[in-house]
Amino acid sequence: MKINNIGYLMKEGLRHIFTHGFMSFAAVCVTVACLLIVGSFAILAYNLDIMVEDLNKTSEILVYVDSSLSDAEAKSIGTKINMLDNVLQATFVSREEALQKFVADHQNDSAFSGVQAQDLRHRFVVTLEDNSRMEETDGQLKQIPGVANTSAAYELAEGFSTVQDVLHIVSYAVIAVLLVVSLLIISNTVKLAMYDRRDEIAIMKMVGATNGFIRLPFVVEGFTLGMLGATLAFGLEWVMYDALVARIAEADSLKLFNFVPFQELLIPMVVTFAAAGMFVGIVGSWSSIRRFMDV
Amino acid sequence: MIEFTNVEKTYEQGNKALNGISMTIEDGEFCFLVGPSGSGKSTIIRLITGELKPTAGSVHVNGYSLERIRKREIPYLRRTVGVVFQDFRLISNMTVYENVAFAMRVIGAREKEIRDRVPYVLELVGLENKKNRLPGEMSGGEQQRLAIARALVNNPSTIIADEPTGNLDPARSFEIMALLEEINNLGTTVLVVTHARDLVERFGKRVIAINDGLVVSDGMEGYYSHEDQ
Ligand SMILES: Nc1ncnc2c1ncn2[C@@H]1O[C@H](COP(=O)(O)OP(=O)(O)O)[C@@H](O)[C@H]1O
Ligand SMILES: [Mg+2]
Repeated sequence: MKINNIGYLMKEGLRHIFTHGFMSFAAVCVTVACLLIVGSFAILAYNLDIMVEDLNKTSEILVYVDSSLSDAEAKSIGTKINMLDNVLQATFVSREEALQKFVADHQNDSAFSGVQAQDLRHRFVVTLEDNSRMEETDGQLKQIPGVANTSAAYELAEGFSTVQDVLHIVSYAVIAVLLVVSLLIISNTVKLAMYDRRDEIAIMKMVGATNGFIRLPFVVEGFTLGMLGATLAFGLEWVMYDALVARIAEADSLKLFNFVPFQELLIPMVVTFAAAGMFVGIVGSWSSIRRFMDV
Repeated sequence: MIEFTNVEKTYEQGNKALNGISMTIEDGEFCFLVGPSGSGKSTIIRLITGELKPTAGSVHVNGYSLERIRKREIPYLRRTVGVVFQDFRLISNMTVYENVAFAMRVIGAREKEIRDRVPYVLELVGLENKKNRLPGEMSGGEQQRLAIARALVNNPSTIIADEPTGNLDPARSFEIMALLEEINNLGTTVLVVTHARDLVERFGKRVIAINDGLVVSDGMEGYYSHEDQ
């Protein structure tokens, strides 16, 4: 395609937007509404995911070392623990440190006042890469020579992992459905806009315009409207999200909910909204024009 | 050149519109196509522009074989055939100039070519002083001139008009026919479908008569006098 044609096709696409102001306005509104719904759902699902993940991070395995081992021998078990593939980190806690914590935790409790460091064991605090495999890793830890015992709440950890898995599946499904619905609505809006212009299209065909030449202005138009819709939706999403987070922070004095600030999501949000706007605009206009091409 | 050989056309619903049409229109000819309504005239035009495919027989138009033309070649065929209809088919929110320029732009013409060519065809059809009018602000005769200018602007070798004077009074009709004759004199092949018997007689050109999807007469004279006997 020649350069001067590209200029024409762009100009024509933009002219369409203004000569059919109402339909353009409708298409942008529909895009904004759809992207806002999808975007809000996605961002809430993301936050929920992070909160569950945070809760799950607190699950760890305590590995107690056989008290007959020397201090150095006890420490050396850490290397073996780290060699297990699901182990993220193993932190050594000596019996003296454990006692300090114990005392701090039970300061006002006279029943424990006689506890000595010798009564406790050296231990490792082990965090995992994948908490859903906690039971399996716990088994492997027990096999290590010198490990006397372990303590792991793997039912709880697995519960969290299940919640997270369900959350992922549900949010992908809902996002996919919302995207398809948006695409259908937008494609129908573009179809209406095109119906408005069926005479123009018929004339183009009559004088011998190629299909590409007929389509491209509509695609330029769809792209522009999609991007405009995405920009507006992005701005609104930002304002609404910040307002929501501020409200929740105000009401939630216990800090139960911990929302990610929008600025942290800026780049992925910009990319996602731009891609969605582009996709919806181009696919919406391209697919709906097919029907008008067989004149 | 337009050449039909034993062309049959049956519509999807089973309507048989053409029953074996054979005719040849040479380059540079001026030819009327007449016949009662429903006899198949518009079907012939839609076969020439590639809008329909023949059910049987062959249609050759300006070097293209329409019975086996590829979809992507149809736009290039259409650039060789300018079409004019009874209902003008203008874009109502574009000026006279823009309506003509639009036809050039959508086939990828350069702005400079457009600036040179549009005033020339507007002058040819006598609309050089109305280039900023909207179609709705002009008479039917002027709108049809505009449609002719648009059909001409891409310099097709053939112009086809389907009842171009159907919406016009006799004086305007005569002017439109005279304009088409002038265009023919400049070298363009012209095929005009019409019901206007007096005009056909006044112009004394070749007349192809269709009835029930068949050519019933083809010649320079005597079609109507023959019918009256
Ligand atoms: N799109 C169509 N579908 C079915 N039948 C059609 C269609 N167009 C025309 N016909 C039929 O084909 C015959 C010829 O029509 P047409 O070519 O329009 O005649 P004319 O232009 O001479 O009046 C008529 O019987 C008409 O009813
Ligand atoms: Mg007809």
